[in-house]
Amino acid sequence: MQTVRQTGWMVVRQLRNLARQPIWVVMMIIQPMIWLILYGQLLKNAGLQGHSQGAGTYIEFLAPGIICMNAFFGGMWSGMGMITDLDRKVIDRFLAAPASRLAIVLSQVVRAGITAVIQTLILLLVGLALGVRIHGGVLGWLIVFAAAFLLASAFAGFSNGLALIFRRPESMIATANMVGLPLMFLSSILLTFALMPGWIKAVSRYNPVNWGVNAARNAVVYGNAWGATGEFLLFLLAAMAVTSLFATWCFRSYQRSI
Amino acid sequence: MSRLEAMDAIVAEDLHKRYKTVQALDGVSFAVREGEVFGLLGPNGAGKSTTVRVLTTLTRPDSGRATVAGEDVAAHPDRVRNKIGYVAQDSGVDWDATGRENLLLQGRIHRMTGQPLHARVAELLELVGLADAADRVARTYSGGMKRRLDIAIGLVHKPQVLFLDEPTTGLDPEARTAMWVEVERLAKDLNLTILLTTHYLEEADRLAERVAIVSKGKIVVEGTPEELKRGLEGESVSVELQETNGRVADAERIVAGISGSVHIEGNVVRARVPNGAQAIPVILGALDDAGIEVAAVTTARPSLDDVYLHYTGRAFATEDEAGG
Repeated sequence: MQTVRQTGWMVVRQLRNLARQPIWVVMMIIQPMIWLILYGQLLKNAGLQGHSQGAGTYIEFLAPGIICMNAFFGGMWSGMGMITDLDRKVIDRFLAAPASRLAIVLSQVVRAGITAVIQTLILLLVGLALGVRIHGGVLGWLIVFAAAFLLASAFAGFSNGLALIFRRPESMIATANMVGLPLMFLSSILLTFALMPGWIKAVSRYNPVNWGVNAARNAVVYGNAWGATGEFLLFLLAAMAVTSLFATWCFRSYQRSI
Repeated sequence: MSRLEAMDAIVAEDLHKRYKTVQALDGVSFAVREGEVFGLLGPNGAGKSTTVRVLTTLTRPDSGRATVAGEDVAAHPDRVRNKIGYVAQDSGVDWDATGRENLLLQGRIHRMTGQPLHARVAELLELVGLADAADRVARTYSGGMKRRLDIAIGLVHKPQVLFLDEPTTGLDPEARTAMWVEVERLAKDLNLTILLTTHYLEEADRLAERVAIVSKGKIVVEGTPEELKRGLEGESVSVELQETNGRVADAERIVAGISGSVHIEGNVVRARVPNGAQAIPVILGALDDAGIEVAAVTTARPSLDDVYLHYTGRAFATEDEAGG
């Protein structure tokens, strides 16, 4: 119970601190819109090739992809918050007090998820203005939010683990990029499965980014296949649990090293 | 106060800690009485911060035992954490939160809630003189203000023992003096046990009732500043030479022949002698015979610096520069 309460207060702290950086807030809102509009134009004539019947416009296909890309990158960068807290010795201050160790790690993961949900809401609203319709109805909306939250959280666990291992932004960013960019291109964020070479198609089944994309796209574009969608969300939940454990393990190893 | 009347608030017994190639602690033992301000004095890298990190449960020692406020740091770290306040060397302030928000979160971590928490926070902001700046983000605070906020953060839950790791490092002289007044006042008003680490001799001399000098992971001597100074017989004589090069080594040899205990800092030759008034003419005569010109001579009762020099064989200032 203390862990839950402390996680809550630490999430409040992080979100409040982020909200105090006007540039960050503006970027957080503008950047995903730029992706949506830019890719929407760039791949308008190519993206849907080979796509099954019943799909709407490319922008409708793309919107859940961009939502997931955004959530995924947001999670990937979230370890920066941990590095700042380590540098400023905020973490040590918490550790010399009876702070829940789990809350310190989980608050970063949950914060990344909440940030992704806020961005997702903005993206969905922009999408609506651009003609995107959410065919899954209310459940569809909820699934998109869930996919964004879980995807961001899952990669936040990974990112915070890296942050605790490297404790330097340069190393963390380099590693996040090295892992992150391939995962993005090994997914159907931008293009349909039909356009992928066979091996990428095979690999993409094991790509957590793609689990999120599949769930969100089902909810937006088709509004059916709930069973498969639920499975993807469960996979993501499992991924989030695994990376959170990884981050917690990295935290223990940080504690042992000081 | 005798050992029988007061309980020991901190006991460290034979603490060892090794970081890869560095033996940070090499058998640190000392005890701090309840209500006492105790200073760990030594250069950077001597093991002061590691000692504090062990006592605040942040670092596990490789061997040895420690209790703080009656609780074993290894067996019951959580109980220790409830009873201590820790002000780290590099602060621990969340820059993007206001002073008040920093304190509220720390209070919540200590399971404080609601009105009592808000009242305590307001009281502390008043105590450390940050009431007017309470709702500004800490990023806008001066170094001294951040440090005062750090201390308030360490005091939220009314700890029994407060650890101040290098409380004035990085502060300008004015803020440093203000911080000394602050710490003196806290020690007096709150009857806290305070363990202070510092690499400023002056700071230890002024704030600490007892001092332990730390060098290379060991405590080399312990006592009140007065005891330590009295323990050194005689006086210290400093001879400043006119020229800085060439003859300094000659001067060292000559003075060493007279006093036996000599140390060089730049163009100053320092010696400890039983009686300054008798030694100075002898030293000056010998230097004059050798044709070495003297710019100034001073004599002084032993300072903590002399104590440090005596017990570690190194001058405080020089080791500090070399340390890391």
